[in-house]
Amino acid sequence: MKVDLTVNGKDITADVEDRMLLVHFLRDVADLTATNVGCDTTSCGACTVLLDGESVKSCTVLAAQASGHDITTVEGLATNGEMHPVQRAFHQEHGLQCGFCTPGMVMAIVSLLKENPHPTEEQVRSGLEGNLCRCTGYHNIVRAALAAADAEVPA
Amino acid sequence: MIPSSFTYKRAGSATEALDLIAEYGEDAKFLAGGHSLLPLMKLRLAAPEVIIDLGGLRDLSYVTDEGSYVAIGALTRHHDVENSELLGREVPLLAHAAGQVGDPQIRHRGTIGGSIAHADPASDLPAVLLALDATVVARGADGEREIAIGEFFQGLFETALEPDELLTEIRVPKPASGDGGSWSFQKFTQRAIDWAIVGCAVQDGHVALVNMGGTPLRATATEAALAGGASPADAAAHAAEGTSAADDIRATRAYREHLARVLVSRALTEASSRS
Repeated sequence: MKVDLTVNGKDITADVEDRMLLVHFLRDVADLTATNVGCDTTSCGACTVLLDGESVKSCTVLAAQASGHDITTVEGLATNGEMHPVQRAFHQEHGLQCGFCTPGMVMAIVSLLKENPHPTEEQVRSGLEGNLCRCTGYHNIVRAALAAADAEVPA
Repeated sequence: MIPSSFTYKRAGSATEALDLIAEYGEDAKFLAGGHSLLPLMKLRLAAPEVIIDLGGLRDLSYVTDEGSYVAIGALTRHHDVENSELLGREVPLLAHAAGQVGDPQIRHRGTIGGSIAHADPASDLPAVLLALDATVVARGADGEREIAIGEFFQGLFETALEPDELLTEIRVPKPASGDGGSWSFQKFTQRAIDWAIVGCAVQDGHVALVNMGGTPLRATATEAALAGGASPADAAAHAAEGTSAADDIRATRAYREHLARVLVSRALTEASSRS
């Protein structure tokens, strides 16, 4: 079937199988491989992207369902070569170890801060319930989210 | 994991969804947010030949004040139920419980109608709506009908919906006290995103259980004890009576029965602090 998605501001039309998952569309059709497939069971959050500005797990959305909608991946966050405040905060707070969960963590935090620009630490931790870090590096990830909020993330 | 092949159809309206289900019959399944059905399809536990996507039916996403009750469109997402000011004020049990479903990403996609039409006894909202005495509205080729929530859940993943009917609305009576009444929601999970091993919803003397049988259940022995003036602790001792919890990889039946008594006791204590 023909699908038509806006990915990181760019219009992408493609003929895909009806059963294609959004994450495979992003990686294999749009050639944006930062979004990882982790558990593939809606648990780990590694595949988190924004759909119309809100975090979703792209392993549990069909490309067909996303047709006509706006998708943002971590590749779409930087502007003019400048890292997004959440990316910068991950860098400064050392919010990653192996890096596999990082794209999903960053996108989940961008969505969280859009809904709640100044969360408490507890709100950050519950807002990240859908993202697993198997290096168990949560402390610095939470610090990065709070630092990004302090840096007044633009909506 | 990739689902087996199917044909994708997007419905532009409720009428079009009913036309499509009439055309494809039992080979077809409605898809709302997809957070119950797609995982089953990826595991090949479900393999519908046709998927009818309801995601475009924005006119079935609403929360409105209808006087004695609040009407919720079937395609209203958990995120929107959680953040509804009307529900937060009038039916705080439902707004709170919707905020405990899965995780933020799941709540951005999953819908209240999809959750109850799927009828997994481990889901949170079926038991919550049972405690609230909600009414479900279904639309078919011959028009609409109302189904009492107590008659809606008929077995594991089975509901009173006919194969060619579309669930369109959930009507939730406002607790009479006007301040949300005396309520609590408790659940025990291994991780936030897991289904509840056991859960419990309390609303003004109604006590409903998550995952204590093939359908969500009312803890009738506990309710009778409460009506007879028993304390929360004494009433909660009856919480597992009449249940048929599963023995499975996550918990034994005996452990679930123990959890039911503990969670009902906590819920009744919290609810009584709100009355």
